[in-house]
Amino acid sequence: MSKISETVQRARAAFNSGKTRPLKFRIQQLENLQRMMKEREEEITEALYADLHKSKWCALYEECTYAFEEVKYALANLPQWILDEPVEKNDNTKDGQAYIHSEPLGVVLIIGSWDYPFILSIQPLVGAIAAGNVVVLKPSELSEQTAILLATLLPQYLDKDLFPVINGGVPETTELLKEKFDHILFTGSTGVGKIIMTAAAKHLTPVTLELGGKSPCYIDKDCDLDIACRRITWGKFMNCGQICLAPDYILCDPALQGQVVEKIKKTLKEFYGDDAKSSHDYGRMVNSRHFKRVMSLIEGQKVAYGGNGDEASRYIAPTILTDVDPRSQVMQEEIFGPVLPIICVKSLDEAIQFINERPKPLALYVFSNNDQVIKKMIAETSSGGVTANDVIAHADVHTLPFGGIGDSGMGSYHGKKSFEIFSHRRSCLIKPLKKEDSDKVRFPPFSAKASLK
Amino acid sequence: MKVPELPCRPSRIPCPHDSLLNNKWVNPYADTLKRLRDAFDSGRTRPAEFRLIQLRGLSRFLNENRKLLLDTLAQDLSKPAFEADISEIILCETEIKLALNNLHTWMKDERVEKNLVTQLDSAFIRKEPYGVTLIISPWNYPLNLLLMPLVGAIAAGNCVVLKPSEISKSMEKVIAEVLPQYLDKNCFATVLGGPQEATILLKNRFDYIFFTGSPRVGRIVMSAASKYLTPITLELGGKNPCYVDDNCDPQNVANRVAWFRFFNAGQTCVAPDYILCTRETQEKLLPALQNAVTQFYGKDPQGSPDLGRIISDKHFHRLRGLLGNGRAAIGGQSDEQERYIAPTVLVDVKETDPVMQEEIFGPILPILNVQSIDEAIAFIRKREKPLALYAFSKNSKVVNKVLDQTSSGNFGGNDGFMFMTMTSMPFGGVGHSGMGEYHGKFTFDAFSHRRGCLLRSPYLEMIDKIRYPPYSPGHQRLLVWILEHKLSFPCSIL
Repeated sequence: MSKISETVQRARAAFNSGKTRPLKFRIQQLENLQRMMKEREEEITEALYADLHKSKWCALYEECTYAFEEVKYALANLPQWILDEPVEKNDNTKDGQAYIHSEPLGVVLIIGSWDYPFILSIQPLVGAIAAGNVVVLKPSELSEQTAILLATLLPQYLDKDLFPVINGGVPETTELLKEKFDHILFTGSTGVGKIIMTAAAKHLTPVTLELGGKSPCYIDKDCDLDIACRRITWGKFMNCGQICLAPDYILCDPALQGQVVEKIKKTLKEFYGDDAKSSHDYGRMVNSRHFKRVMSLIEGQKVAYGGNGDEASRYIAPTILTDVDPRSQVMQEEIFGPVLPIICVKSLDEAIQFINERPKPLALYVFSNNDQVIKKMIAETSSGGVTANDVIAHADVHTLPFGGIGDSGMGSYHGKKSFEIFSHRRSCLIKPLKKEDSDKVRFPPFSAKASLK
Repeated sequence: MKVPELPCRPSRIPCPHDSLLNNKWVNPYADTLKRLRDAFDSGRTRPAEFRLIQLRGLSRFLNENRKLLLDTLAQDLSKPAFEADISEIILCETEIKLALNNLHTWMKDERVEKNLVTQLDSAFIRKEPYGVTLIISPWNYPLNLLLMPLVGAIAAGNCVVLKPSEISKSMEKVIAEVLPQYLDKNCFATVLGGPQEATILLKNRFDYIFFTGSPRVGRIVMSAASKYLTPITLELGGKNPCYVDDNCDPQNVANRVAWFRFFNAGQTCVAPDYILCTRETQEKLLPALQNAVTQFYGKDPQGSPDLGRIISDKHFHRLRGLLGNGRAAIGGQSDEQERYIAPTVLVDVKETDPVMQEEIFGPILPILNVQSIDEAIAFIRKREKPLALYAFSKNSKVVNKVLDQTSSGNFGGNDGFMFMTMTSMPFGGVGHSGMGEYHGKFTFDAFSHRRGCLLRSPYLEMIDKIRYPPYSPGHQRLLVWILEHKLSFPCSIL
């Protein structure tokens, strides 16, 4: 048996021992996670810097703080979530107890992604632990330092048989996917999402797939353009554009394009200075392959700002493209880099049509002061989630389920939703075992009974 | 009543993934699916009024064709009218009524709690239909298992392709010829055929697939769905264990177990599949079970109008083969002409016998002996998670112990599958017995995409300024403070 198979078998045996079920145990593990994030903050932020040139602030604000909040939210609410939920009974079931009982699923596999390698491993892990499962964690190998760190830290704070970390690349992941799991949560690309679901089908394993796509950003004529451009700049260029929720491209009226470019340029200078390369707060591409991929998307385009890069440091300047042809390569794939195309549309309807002709995105953004514009945009499109008059922010609200639809994913998590997806909600109807008389009416022979109608 | 006119939305240009439909093979469903997709894209199914009209159509379908439906179920499964009423027609009527009465509430945006950073914003969950959905239903409850998901799919605003089982031939005909008269022809279509046709159908893109059937086919459906990343609900099956404790009233238990086992001639995904009890209890149960069978079906069950028949020759032969396992303490007779299998209880059955290798799906009830409740629980846990699990005991601690130490889709204590009549509890499997849940509002939820929406105020940029670079250590402290404190303001700009 391979080492991977052994690890999973051991995890299953550990689950079967019942160790993860008591509330006290789950709370203890979650508190340990919290402690880990406090005590090892330095090492975590250093790993994120090594992998993605994430400044300490970015690492803390974009990853650690939210991971910490997630654990806190779970700790505060778990005693409530874990309770049986009584339900309304009908005439047939009056004399019993009826409730929904939440149970752990068993052995959960979490496959993390490299763009936010810490939080995209920890946030699902919190939900899986809260629900009483054993978890096998497979961080992304592209964010190598964070992967190594997780493999080092988790066993120091969590039970290592119950929460093993398996590192490796495609061969290890392929082998891992042959094993039977009780739920798989995957964050990554649409293409790999399909592979995961196909593998899961063999074992009838339910999946949550957090995928990606091109999240459109529509700027209405009637909006505060300064604020819109500042918020878009923030969301687009954080982590050097490597975030599944980034506004991928802009849709706006041709009359606005020039102003949008100027305001984004101005904001970029405010954020990162005249030369983003020397800004401590500006990230880098994760590896050479992605560097080359994104640089090639700029080729042949009308560059209004930026457009240059440095392969040695994997730096790509914040770049704005104008009058982009929808058929060009930059509009065929999720950019996942600091390149912002602007596509001109003459009306809201045209923008809606443009969006609907394409696969459903993970997020949709619309900037407008006009209530009706926002309502129409939401009503006539589909996406995983929406933020209006900002970007990304809906993902930070614990009480909103976070997930995709169509090519951008299936299922959702965050907050209580995480607890639910990693639980089986088992409907229970328990009657007293007493004298039969009242129930005899339902037994045959039926011909003796009056018709029910 | 005329459906209100909607402004026409541009119809969808085929997406790159539709290339699977090009050239290499003929897609007999292309036109049907295009019709439904165009209808969905036009926004036709979105208004509550449209959905209510369709639901009322379903209600009329049941009302106006009651006799036809009862006769159809009798033709396919010799289903007694009483069984058909309570397990098919009435359950569907209840679901439709629930949807009609609650649709507006279900459709409403759900406001959610926010933290301080978003206090002046509006945060809610918008329920949206998936689009063009597929419902594949089986033959054992051919009306219920098609209509119940359909109610939720309609309520949630989807277009639906229905693929009823070809094995329940009479009902298939009714679904194909009668049901469409009650539903909008552009939004709902029925597709007929067997495994071959279903395979081709599944090569198409759907926005949601709801499948009821066996785990084996469930895998095929999920695999097909993965090509398009189509979300699914799978209502599958398995062997539902029934633990009978020594501390029980044997006749009471026997009545309940017998009725739920032999209902629909055992062809029920949630029927107790086998009993686990001590030898001692078995000795008490056997005469009680015989008593129950005689009371329900008379001395000659074959002559009772209240006992169904096996759906097909194939399943009849399969079940007849199982009659030879162990020893038939009750029943054991069969009649090929009528596809009749007597209500049968088998004893001296081994774990390795064929009757313990597959979901029985017939009126055969094996009893396996265990020496203790712990042995019973260990036996259950070794096997795949079933759709239902039953425990009978006068001692509630025993019932709770079985519940706590096992897993299953649903659980019945001291009774059979009465939970199927409850619209307030979700019904679904776990592990091999399925994924997802439905019934009542849960069906509406299954067929809806829950879209998290945050409508931020364009104002109050001051608060957000701290998130912008260039960054300083003071930023972090302030943000943590903000996130930790939740104050309740009145909300909602939009």
